[in-house]
Amino acid sequence: MISMLRIAGLAVALSCGCAAANAASLAIVNARLETITHGTIDSGTLLMSDGRIVALGTTVQVPAGARVIDARGGTVTPGLIACSTNLAIAEINQIAETRDDGGGTRISAGFDVQYGVNAWSAQMPVARDSGVTHAVITPLVGVAEAFDDEEEHASMQGGGENAGAYNALFAGQAALLRLDASQLPVMRAKIAMALDLGQAGAQHGGGSRAASIILVKAALADARHYARNRGAYDRGATRTYGLPTFDLEALIPVVEGSVPLLIRVSRAADIRQALALARAENVHIILEDAQEAWMVADEIAAAKVPVLLDPQDDLPRSFELLGSRLDNAARLQRAGVTIAIKGSRNFNSLRPIRLNAGVAVAYGLSREEALRAITLNPARIWGIADRAGSLEVGKDADVVLWNGDPLEAMSYATNVIVGGVEQSTRSRRQELQERYSHAEDGYPPAYH
Amino acid sequence: MNRSLVLRATVLLVAGVLTAFAASAADKAATAKVRVPLPRPLDSGVNDDPYPSAYRPLPSQPAAIVHATVLTGTGEQIDDGVVIMSEGRITAVGDATTAVPPGVRVIDARGKWVTPGIIDAHSHLGVYPSPGVASRQDGNEWTSPNTAGVWAEHSVWPQDPAFQRARAGGVTTLLILPGSANLFGGRSVTLKNVPAVTTDAMKFPGAPYGLKMACGENPKRTYGTRGQTPMTNMGNVFGYRKAWLDAVRYQHKWETYRTKLAAGESADPPDRDLGLDTLAGVLAGRILVQNHCYRADEMATMLDIADEFGYRITMFHHAVEAYKIAPLLAKRGVCSAIWAERSGTKMEAIDGIGANAALLQRAGSCVVIHSDDTTLIQRLNQEAAIAVGAGARAGIPITRAQAIAWITANPARALGIAEQTGTLERGKMADVVLWSGDPFSSYTLAEQVFIDGAVVYDRHDRRFQPRSDFELGQSGAGEFHP
Repeated sequence: MISMLRIAGLAVALSCGCAAANAASLAIVNARLETITHGTIDSGTLLMSDGRIVALGTTVQVPAGARVIDARGGTVTPGLIACSTNLAIAEINQIAETRDDGGGTRISAGFDVQYGVNAWSAQMPVARDSGVTHAVITPLVGVAEAFDDEEEHASMQGGGENAGAYNALFAGQAALLRLDASQLPVMRAKIAMALDLGQAGAQHGGGSRAASIILVKAALADARHYARNRGAYDRGATRTYGLPTFDLEALIPVVEGSVPLLIRVSRAADIRQALALARAENVHIILEDAQEAWMVADEIAAAKVPVLLDPQDDLPRSFELLGSRLDNAARLQRAGVTIAIKGSRNFNSLRPIRLNAGVAVAYGLSREEALRAITLNPARIWGIADRAGSLEVGKDADVVLWNGDPLEAMSYATNVIVGGVEQSTRSRRQELQERYSHAEDGYPPAYH
Repeated sequence: MNRSLVLRATVLLVAGVLTAFAASAADKAATAKVRVPLPRPLDSGVNDDPYPSAYRPLPSQPAAIVHATVLTGTGEQIDDGVVIMSEGRITAVGDATTAVPPGVRVIDARGKWVTPGIIDAHSHLGVYPSPGVASRQDGNEWTSPNTAGVWAEHSVWPQDPAFQRARAGGVTTLLILPGSANLFGGRSVTLKNVPAVTTDAMKFPGAPYGLKMACGENPKRTYGTRGQTPMTNMGNVFGYRKAWLDAVRYQHKWETYRTKLAAGESADPPDRDLGLDTLAGVLAGRILVQNHCYRADEMATMLDIADEFGYRITMFHHAVEAYKIAPLLAKRGVCSAIWAERSGTKMEAIDGIGANAALLQRAGSCVVIHSDDTTLIQRLNQEAAIAVGAGARAGIPITRAQAIAWITANPARALGIAEQTGTLERGKMADVVLWSGDPFSSYTLAEQVFIDGAVVYDRHDRRFQPRSDFELGQSGAGEFHP
């Protein structure tokens, strides 16, 4: 479908006699360019062609025939990267049948979120509208439990009737979405294996943190053994394994070091265990949440382990994050840790990642590093820095034009461009707003 | 029931009947000659304030904040403004020419902003405290659809570390509500955000009580899944009407009783009922209805119920669809407590839009930005900014001077404390926030927070960064910011 469209586009370009490159060119002029890698360029021009950035700076010549967007002093950033979300795999939290972000009861490591992606999700335009061009979708253990942003209700459900009902240790495999209009958003699949340690891990491990670590190690050992003895396994000549083969298969790239473990963990002591696990098992890890990471920042930096975090986490909401601080991001960055800043997991009620980046600045992270933590850093962590995360010639033309400073609450995205193509940000929200702003004419809103 | 219990119950029953018989016989014999006074606790309404506020303002000294950009909460922005506080009250607010009396501590606020203290009109701090362990889930008495007789103040844990975080976010007053599992969740309590050992020492003096009511999915899910009523929206409405009917009857009985007593006639006192006391307080206009309600059609139904039984709804909470009936809400003078754009967590919340606040404001309706969240409560100023941005995008410009009222003056009105706080006006409580810059910026932090003129938080002075008992000796030590 895509290639057909491209060919059709080319044919039109040829028939009109224009240069193909120019026909596909898009320029943003009069913009403040946040390049991420080469500082800020004021009154700059960004030129995109054939889905890539082809030039940027203050002296760029815009070719004749290029479509031009006048930024009027607005700011251009690379598209933001949501580094751990449920976009397109969960629609409405409390409606279980709209949720595919948990692996269920029959599968653990083998669960793979890519097969549940709904490219037509009503949340896709909401995500784009908040300046997000890439989203890493990560699974939860077991049946995804409804959670409510009303605290009373999260609490009302009392930790969930299902808590402890699943012995699935691993949540499963994550994927990376690119929010273009192709309706084929999965850019990369099987990019990480999600795993809870700490309090949640203890639950999945039968009630104890220590038990969960032992079970994880046993599962990795099984995966190694299985990888070497597939033939013997098929003949029924191996020892028994603790996990079915579809789970073991998924763990093989982890033990081989080609796929990282995404470890959700909070307490400093548990972070140390995660680092020790990585060393002992010779696997790559990424830490998520890590509210007490600042207490062991040097150890995390020395292990070259990146951290995905929410800079607003400052409450002792449970006994494993009594050390939550608003300068976790700043302290980790100063210690040399690569950090990526998260928004809310749920796009429906997203605390946008850009505002979390702003909060991190208020508590000591430089603005430059905060921007990096929502663009280039997650691109590096998730292995797409060759294509995304900065405004550089040759990178994908995945950029956002903002009417002001993107880290400010009053600003908003005016143009979202993916692959050099301006994306529709039209959402249910916007349609509802227009319907109910309509002048009274005697007809009910349903006519408008 | 075992045999000894049955026996004991029978004995009690017989004793009760005998006593009642004896009492009524005695009444008849006495015939108004000697009237045994009704013990005070049995007399509804003689003591509306059995758990009075023990709040005392912290020590303060007169202070003048000068050269600040002042948002008064009354719709005014004063550049290079002056705010003077003395003996717990605001004594002057004005431009650079405002005279500063001698001997007053002068705070030079060049480049900084001053606003009234932030008021969160929807919080569960203390009743759902941190850490959120099973033994501290004190916010929802979900044992019956009508628990109008419970009071949130009796669940508040004053050591909740979240109070300290909210204060650092500029929050000086909070409405603590019971949860939304029940049609009638119980009474709310208004607190001054000062650290205290006992909850009564946080109670906002003179603030009226509120009654938490809940529409929609939460009550029917809570009880319907148990096979009890309410199971449906019509079951919800039946439950409200039944309770209000009881309340009207209760109120009528007490009025009849008092009327008869006043006329010198003998009368049997009605049985006092704690839940009906609360509902009767609403009917009498002393208790304000705080109604959790997402959907426009449900809000309209609730207004009809209020008309049927003769009470007022003060505010709809989480009103994500308020924009659909903005003119109606304006006409009825009901406030809407909303998030900027949070929505979609459940079926009744899927029509939330960012322009909700702006559309309500344009219709002349009362907008309140609320949190219902331990993290969001720390950044209500930014939440308001998001709503301003969404308004601008929808072509509805809102000024900072207007938007600050969403988190100060308007919630004060909805809590019934607008005479005392919520704006920077002479004579009001000196509940004030000094911000490092524009309060609608992501980069801005509260530098100093004043409650009744006393410094209760100072970002740069550890002496004014109080810590909860709970956090002493723990890994974070209660130091949540640099």
